[in-house]
Amino acid sequence: MIQSVETHATIAEAQRAMGADAIYMAGGTLVMRDVNAGVTATRIVRSSDPVLADIRLSGDGVTIGAGVTMAMIAVHRDLTFLAPVARSVGGPQIRNMATVGGNLFAPHPYGDFAVAMLALGARVSVAGQSAAPRPIADVLRERGRIGLVASVQVPRPQAPADFGFLKASRIKPKGVSVLSIAAYLPRQGGRIRGARVAFGAMGPMPLQASAVERVLDGQSLDAATITRAAQVAVEGLDPPTDPLATTWYRREVAGVHLKRLLERMARG
Amino acid sequence: MIEFRKEFFADERDDNLNEVGKPTRRQDILGHVTGRSPYFDDHLFDGLLHIRCVRSPHHHARIRRIDIAEAQSMPGVVRVLVGRDVPRNLNTLLSLLDFGIDDEPLLAETKVAYKGEPVAAIIAETEAQARAAVARVRVDWDVRPHVLDVEEAIKPGAPVVCEVYQTNKFIYHGKYDHQKLRYGDVEAAFARADHIVEGRYQMSPIEQAPIETCGAIAAPEVNDRYVCYTSTQALFFSLGTAAKMLTMPSNRLHFIGGTVGGGFGGKVDSLHEPIAILGAMLTGRPCKFAWDREEEMQVGAPRGAERWYIKDGVARDGRILARKFTGYFDSGAYTRLSSYAIIKGVGHLPGPYTIPNVHADVYCVFTNRTPATAMRGFGITGVDFAIEAHMDKVAEAVGMNPIDLRILNSYRDGDMKAHRRVAKNTALIECCQVVADKAGIALQASSRAASSLRDGGGERGRLPAHTALDQKGTVTGIDTGGYARKGGAPGRPAQPVPMPGYSMPAAATAAPRPPAQTPARPAATAASVASSQSTTPPPPPAQPANTTDRPRQGAMRFSSISGLRRR
Amino acid sequence: MAKTPIVFVLNGAERASFAEPGQNLLEFLRRGVGDLSPKYGCGQGTCGACTVTIDGQTHLACLTLAESVTGRRVQTAAGLATGATLHPLQEAFMENFAAQCGYCTPGMLISAKALLDRNPNPSREEVVEAISGNICRCTGYEPIIEAILAAAKGRARA
Repeated sequence: MIQSVETHATIAEAQRAMGADAIYMAGGTLVMRDVNAGVTATRIVRSSDPVLADIRLSGDGVTIGAGVTMAMIAVHRDLTFLAPVARSVGGPQIRNMATVGGNLFAPHPYGDFAVAMLALGARVSVAGQSAAPRPIADVLRERGRIGLVASVQVPRPQAPADFGFLKASRIKPKGVSVLSIAAYLPRQGGRIRGARVAFGAMGPMPLQASAVERVLDGQSLDAATITRAAQVAVEGLDPPTDPLATTWYRREVAGVHLKRLLERMARG
Repeated sequence: MIEFRKEFFADERDDNLNEVGKPTRRQDILGHVTGRSPYFDDHLFDGLLHIRCVRSPHHHARIRRIDIAEAQSMPGVVRVLVGRDVPRNLNTLLSLLDFGIDDEPLLAETKVAYKGEPVAAIIAETEAQARAAVARVRVDWDVRPHVLDVEEAIKPGAPVVCEVYQTNKFIYHGKYDHQKLRYGDVEAAFARADHIVEGRYQMSPIEQAPIETCGAIAAPEVNDRYVCYTSTQALFFSLGTAAKMLTMPSNRLHFIGGTVGGGFGGKVDSLHEPIAILGAMLTGRPCKFAWDREEEMQVGAPRGAERWYIKDGVARDGRILARKFTGYFDSGAYTRLSSYAIIKGVGHLPGPYTIPNVHADVYCVFTNRTPATAMRGFGITGVDFAIEAHMDKVAEAVGMNPIDLRILNSYRDGDMKAHRRVAKNTALIECCQVVADKAGIALQASSRAASSLRDGGGERGRLPAHTALDQKGTVTGIDTGGYARKGGAPGRPAQPVPMPGYSMPAAATAAPRPPAQTPARPAATAASVASSQSTTPPPPPAQPANTTDRPRQGAMRFSSISGLRRR
Repeated sequence: MAKTPIVFVLNGAERASFAEPGQNLLEFLRRGVGDLSPKYGCGQGTCGACTVTIDGQTHLACLTLAESVTGRRVQTAAGLATGATLHPLQEAFMENFAAQCGYCTPGMLISAKALLDRNPNPSREEVVEAISGNICRCTGYEPIIEAILAAAKGRARA
């Protein structure tokens, strides 16, 4: 049962105020559910640090404050590549509340934005740490003990067609993921260099599809390559059974959806 | 887009009425759009207390001990309710209609039969405090084997789900462990059929999922009454149930409802009102008892699952000569309304078709699932799915277009239905014709020419010359209250043999009243039922819940599927 | 447990009340302030019955910490009408039979108002998107969509 709510002026102060009895609340869409159900810590820690709501462009990247909402991403004129991802999260009210930082901690089957971050190879700055930003894959793996996220640094694709996102859900336009896929396929001279493909709702956290990446790397995005990529779609993934879909179903359709996404990206 | 086909039933409709047939505003719409419609929770009380239940984590368990000491000393806790606080802690919903045996406690005392069954209720100053105290109630569970499948549940040796019904089957009319329909002779017709088409159909439970969860607020009123604001769909039903369980004259209860945030059948079970009122009685303060969404989904009674087996005897030309049903309704742990759903469903068989021989055995089965209740057309929708899926299967077997097959077998005005009422205002043929048009399906000339108004009645309107009867599944020694007695021998007291542990009659003549027609076939299946009984030693007799009540004279019975009639 | 005093603007009028620690905005508005128009449907952010606007943006009151509205402007369905004059959306909902049980209606109206405030002439798809966070279990979506489009047209004429 919650005994107190603390609001700190900076994210670093909030980080220092954390403890085993505390939970950090950003947009509230995940934490308030637990608070309402009475199954959470006794202290809520928040931060009013304005830097959390910053979106800063820098060369070929962008630094997104952890408190930036999905709605802010969806309408930002320099982040159009991320707009479809942001719009796929929740309904309009959720998007006005849910944050980029919070999405990194969203349990299955949520966390579609984190899937895009993983595919883009984003790096994460942790509050109160002067060390270099950490690769998102590490952060997702250790998200229970990572500390507070201050911001996410995201590369911006050189060509819009280099990045694609697909979310399969049973209810449209707002539904929870059966699965989601994000693909970042930078191309040089028609060949894919440094492919990154990530799946959501296909494991306990967003997961990279290394087998797919190996198939795609060095190839052009043609029909034969797409078919081969689809064939290995579920290698290394561990999809759960939940009320939305079974393990079997998710494995069956993962390749189909990957194929659709890659075909869409091939068409540009 | 809605399309009105006014050519049908034109002579039965008057298009010049002032209100009927014309768009109108809802009388409650102003409240809805201004946010002022008063749902049960839209009443503010100073000092409102909040109730939350301690629930079973097991499908089936005996309760050795409930320790409420720690919960009682938690901050904000005003009172903890357990089963012994409920004045009459056993009820079945339809006892108000004198149908069925009391089988379900408000708060379980000795055992739980489904996951989420409540065993205690915390009354606290805030909802958060009530939640915190719920976690501190210690229950010593003796976990028992459970059964979640209807056919497993009626096998010999299956765990007994509900003490009142030892074979996990509801007892119909004090006589049978299933609801029967006998019309003609299906076995004789199967013998002369060109095709036998069999199918098995399974429907899952469906949660009504109203946006407003079920709940009630009760508060002491002046003049020694209690006011109760409730989300119930059945205000007087809930009033009667609360009065019964609290052993309180209903004129001391002031029920206010009618503004319901969606019900769809899920708000008739009257579980919240008695607990909220009991809380108000024992604390002297206003008490709110409402489910959260998780409870609504987990313990809110859904439309029950159904399993149907259908066997048809079909002539080469597509005419269905006989149809035999075996149905299993998953009632969950208690009866609630499934017993009634079957009565309604069996009256509907064999669907909107004229079939000269129909036979149905439909079982209301108790399993360790969440109890099932009403939902939009319950009793009909499930078996209609089975019937219509089966019609397609029959069409495939005889090589006919499924719509032609339906028109060929459709009921028509004047036809006798299996529940022995003459069909009128039938319109299946016309529906099929319109559907075929819309779907661009070419029908046979005979289907195109068919009409619900023609070629019905006559021979089709007469009862079968011979109906094969049997006494399969006969049960004796059951006291189901005044209802069954009225249906049997009027005025005769229930047989003194206490239930449970039913015994089979030696012959059909052991039934309370001989059937109107001499059975053409003896109780062919009685042996299997009898043997299943012999493998299960009868447990010690339980006391029927309502032995203290004198049977009401002129008790109600389900004399027709469409309603009740006082006999 | 110390309660927190909260001063905010509700439907244009300054209000003050106390919130319990961890209390959500829905419970605070309903029991603390007495505005019963936002409804509880899930407490999990899935149904939209508790939709309110905070500084013009739709939020789910059940997932909003009460104290986060300190100093901000909250609007609920109770504040849509001006005196006895209904908002055009309310009129349109009445005309188009856009409510059955009425429980989703306050949240639905707030989502619709937030849409029309930023986009006075929405397409049908934009209307569908705007109410996609609001469940109507009576499944009266078509009349609701029609009502919102009708309100937009009426406003365009005026």
